[in-house]
Amino acid sequence: MLWYLGRRLLQVIPVFLGATLLLYALVFLRPGDPVNALGGERGLPEAVQDEIRARYNLDQPFLVQYLLFLRGVFTLDFGVDFRGREILDVMAGAFPVTFQLALMALAIEAIFGVGFGLVAGMRKGGWFDGSVLVMSLFVIAVPTFVIGFVAQLGLGVRLGWFPVTAGRDPDFYSLLMPAIVLGAVSFAYVLRLTRTSVAENLSADYVRTARAKGLQRSQVTGRHVLRNSLIPVVTFLGADLGNLMAGAIVTEGIFNINGVGGTLYDAIVRGENVTVVSLTTVLVLVYIAANLLVDLLYAALDPRIRYA
Amino acid sequence: MPENRYPSTPGQPAPRTGQEHYTAPFDEGGLGAVDAVETTEAPRSFWRESWREMRSRAMFWVAAAIIVLVLVVAAFPGLFTSVHPRLDCSLSLSLDGPTAGHPFGFDFQGCDIYARTVYGARASVLVGVMATAMVIVLGTAIGAIAGYYGGWFDTILSRITDIFFAIPLVLAAIVIMSITANRTSFTVAFVLALFGWTSIARITRGTVLSVKNNEFVTAARALGMGRGAILLKHVLPNSAAPIIVYATVALGTFIVAEATLSFLGIGLPPSVVSWGGDISTAQRAIRISPEIMLYPAGGLALTVLGFIMMGDVVRDALDPKARKR
Amino acid sequence: MTPRGRPAGFGAFVAASALLLSACGGGGGGDTDTGDTDGATDGGATTGIVSVNSTEPQNPLTPGMTNEVGGGLAVKNIFAGLVYYDADGAVHNEMAESIESEDNQTWTIKIQDGWTFSDGTPVTAQSYVDAWKYTSLLSNGQNQQYFFHDFAGWSEEEDSEISVEVVDDLTFTAELAFPSADFVLSLGYTAFMPMPEVFFENPDIYADAPVGNGPYVVESWEHENVISLRPNPDYPGPREPQNGGIDLVVYTDEDTAYNDLLGGNLDIITNVPASAFQTFEDELGDRAVNQPSALIQVINVGEWLEEFQGEAGLLRRQAISHAIDREQVTETVFAGTRTPATDFTSPVVDGWSEDIPGSEVLQYDAEQAKSLWDEAESMDPLGGDYTLQIASNADSDHQPWIDAVCNNVRSVLEIGCEFYPYPTFDEFLDARDKGEVPGIFRGGWQADWPAMSNFLGPIYGTGAGSNDAQYSNPDFDAKITEAGAAESVEESTTLYKEAQEILFQDLPGIPLWYQNATAGYADTIGDVQFGWDSDPILHEVTKAE
Repeated sequence: MLWYLGRRLLQVIPVFLGATLLLYALVFLRPGDPVNALGGERGLPEAVQDEIRARYNLDQPFLVQYLLFLRGVFTLDFGVDFRGREILDVMAGAFPVTFQLALMALAIEAIFGVGFGLVAGMRKGGWFDGSVLVMSLFVIAVPTFVIGFVAQLGLGVRLGWFPVTAGRDPDFYSLLMPAIVLGAVSFAYVLRLTRTSVAENLSADYVRTARAKGLQRSQVTGRHVLRNSLIPVVTFLGADLGNLMAGAIVTEGIFNINGVGGTLYDAIVRGENVTVVSLTTVLVLVYIAANLLVDLLYAALDPRIRYA
Repeated sequence: MPENRYPSTPGQPAPRTGQEHYTAPFDEGGLGAVDAVETTEAPRSFWRESWREMRSRAMFWVAAAIIVLVLVVAAFPGLFTSVHPRLDCSLSLSLDGPTAGHPFGFDFQGCDIYARTVYGARASVLVGVMATAMVIVLGTAIGAIAGYYGGWFDTILSRITDIFFAIPLVLAAIVIMSITANRTSFTVAFVLALFGWTSIARITRGTVLSVKNNEFVTAARALGMGRGAILLKHVLPNSAAPIIVYATVALGTFIVAEATLSFLGIGLPPSVVSWGGDISTAQRAIRISPEIMLYPAGGLALTVLGFIMMGDVVRDALDPKARKR
Repeated sequence: MTPRGRPAGFGAFVAASALLLSACGGGGGGDTDTGDTDGATDGGATTGIVSVNSTEPQNPLTPGMTNEVGGGLAVKNIFAGLVYYDADGAVHNEMAESIESEDNQTWTIKIQDGWTFSDGTPVTAQSYVDAWKYTSLLSNGQNQQYFFHDFAGWSEEEDSEISVEVVDDLTFTAELAFPSADFVLSLGYTAFMPMPEVFFENPDIYADAPVGNGPYVVESWEHENVISLRPNPDYPGPREPQNGGIDLVVYTDEDTAYNDLLGGNLDIITNVPASAFQTFEDELGDRAVNQPSALIQVINVGEWLEEFQGEAGLLRRQAISHAIDREQVTETVFAGTRTPATDFTSPVVDGWSEDIPGSEVLQYDAEQAKSLWDEAESMDPLGGDYTLQIASNADSDHQPWIDAVCNNVRSVLEIGCEFYPYPTFDEFLDARDKGEVPGIFRGGWQADWPAMSNFLGPIYGTGAGSNDAQYSNPDFDAKITEAGAAESVEESTTLYKEAQEILFQDLPGIPLWYQNATAGYADTIGDVQFGWDSDPILHEVTKAE
């Protein structure tokens, strides 16, 4: 087990290098000229552009820029962005609230997705199963923007039940509505994955054996069915954590949360290469950690899975 | 008939009482017939059995009807409306309600919503189905190989998956789409798939890891079946459920994602009508006419419903345990 | 995912001054009613903190770098320049004692004594001279160096000092490359504000804690969240704050800011989201602002497009202009938050006109349009399957009006017409600068100061900084130069109108409409006015604690 963990931790290095190199190549290939755009509609004279490029090492060849970035990572000095702000500060401002929001969304989709999916899977074809099908169709077909907007206008502005926006230093309550909105689409995935796995496992031999042995239905469900159904669900949740952090662009915008999704999107659109790669580097680590955790959970959920 | 199934050999004397030991020759006893293989009937393959199972379900026919309807609309939109979705627009009709010949009313630009919903099917369904198909092929292959063979295969493929996880779709799309001269549904689907296969690969891998420990896999191996054959014939069919479920939901999210890319100018050309695009443009009127969004969203929901139901039927059919019940 | 509401799309820019021509047309806005205001005391200072939506500044808060809306609103409140503009757009001295010139070319500027920066150091002539020279120097890479191009001594090629000299502590001189009657008018623009010594020693502090000399000081700047401005107790000038401070709250989505205003969490929104164009005047009543501003939208016709060159090309330009039903598009797509254009400038500048000869080309006339197009076809056929492309960056909300214009073009001219999107602004800019845009394209210009000259020379002058269509006509250039040197305002106005006649003949750009300032505010505040530049005049706003 420790051997496995150690090996996996060592593998972080090639993944990190591969991901940052690929990202750097992408931002390098990104069309357009962000430096010229700093001057707005007017653009900037060539001489000024050259000055700015030199300041940010943008006049260097690709590999040099990449190596300079790597040096920055290891010295924890990512440099400044076009606004003159330390990229480290930008990240420190965006990550905590995003992490909180993503974890809340993850918890919501896990609890409600697994709960609803369990009931729907056990009573397949029943009215509850039908209603959650409609519910998942709804969150799939209606974009996050609309769900968020309607929730904000209805529950926030009109009814006043929730804060309209999360604002500065948001607390649990003001992040609740954003988290629900953010987790909505993933909720549909979790729900349907759970429902199907539960339905499948209910017909498995071991469940019938357990029932035949005289175990209560609830015991069978809790101890056997659910546990054996969770592998795809847990896999999905593990992969989703990073997506929730990187992809909350719309939700963050609607509820005015200064998070990673919006910062990353802005940086991509503005051509702030170092910011893009730095933010994504942290996300890579989140993905790796979440996926590793999931792999370890497999062994707990299904004792037959072992890691050498 | 029992008599026929355990035939006694003619001319053979019946066992007599009082004889101490009598051992019937093997081919004489009825037991031989138990192991006999019915050669007159064609072997019922797993897939044929599944197909028969599926056909017997009412839900299959409902799902098939929905999918066929959507496909026909996508292929021949002209059969369903004579109004052009883009050229018969007039700003003076902006956001007007339904009138004769225009059952859904008009959108912000004064275009007929019914016509746009009908014509929007093609691009949306094409992108959704192609992206989903690509994701299934790529994700399942990588996930299954990583999970089933383990070791170095797992290490390398899983780490490649980790790398792809990290790439923001918007960034990749801006770069790839800007070097693509001719943007079609295929290129959009390709970009969506290229950065969307990772989750399905992880899910496949996780499920395969669990399934490959089952008794039937051990049994198949004991019978001398090759590893590749086991993966294809036993492991994958038994891992199909979460893949199918994920793919059917992903189909819907791909259709919506297409709209996002198009909205950013990195998806389909603006001349292409699509449900996703209409949902995005309807957002502008959300405070005054939120209902116009319901039509393209409804088309999307119906398509996803068809595929979710079909996925359910297919999954049930692939699961021999569920079948026996 | 939707692109987020981003003012940056327009590109331009904080403007700073105003001569209001039409006294605040449109809804509310202009003069306010302290009567509505709970507890806001008339005339006297109030102590409430006014919250205003804004965007995260894209640069350190210095006059030389700030060139976008979010930073501009902060800079104009934490710095004081030589002159400022009141709500009615008139120019008043702020720090200036006098600004004089014999020939509109060499200027002598005297400043008042007794001004200090918020770090306690005095504001002197040196503070101006150093700041201007710093910004103009190419190697300093300042976004706003553009504004010093007309100073004597400036060079595009290499670092060279502009002719700005200190005479004594409170006097300095500036020499321009050619006469400009608008010089005083331009000095209220943020690019011309002074900088303290500490900036030249350590410019980095402006990314977090700017030092200024304006009516407000930066109390704190929580990046991506809020910039808290508090009254500067040592401010001796005329823009005395009437409130307890300003919180510039960062929003990335205009819809969100609007909902926060409706929910009572925000006092002022500076931009109404497109989704609320139809409803905001009903929802906000007399707290809705919809007034002309100095922003014109045009469709530029790149000189590199073959089908628009020569005689046939000109006919095509006219045909497209006639084919656009500006009244209907502004009413339907923009719900009256745009005003159909009648010239190349803006209703808020002196000299704006509805009847410049040639401006008939802006009238919607389907028959005329079609016959002009057909005439062009007979001279130089493009064929019936020709598709006109209208390009724009897609990261801002331009598709609705482009679609509407295309619908016009398609039905009137019976040719194809499509939106041609660029994913990012910088990609669009790049294609424009290189003359690679494959069709006609969006142009928007917000004036830096409220003068006709600002709408003409910088955009249509040969080789000018924002001449995106690469238009060049020596007659036009001559008129502009002549107007700049004119003795009287009347004379220069006449010449600028004549210059526009030339533009109407050549149609390097097709004027579409003037963008209104659309805004709104809460019933908890009073004395809210929006300047010609669409920005709220924050120091005048009153709010009870």
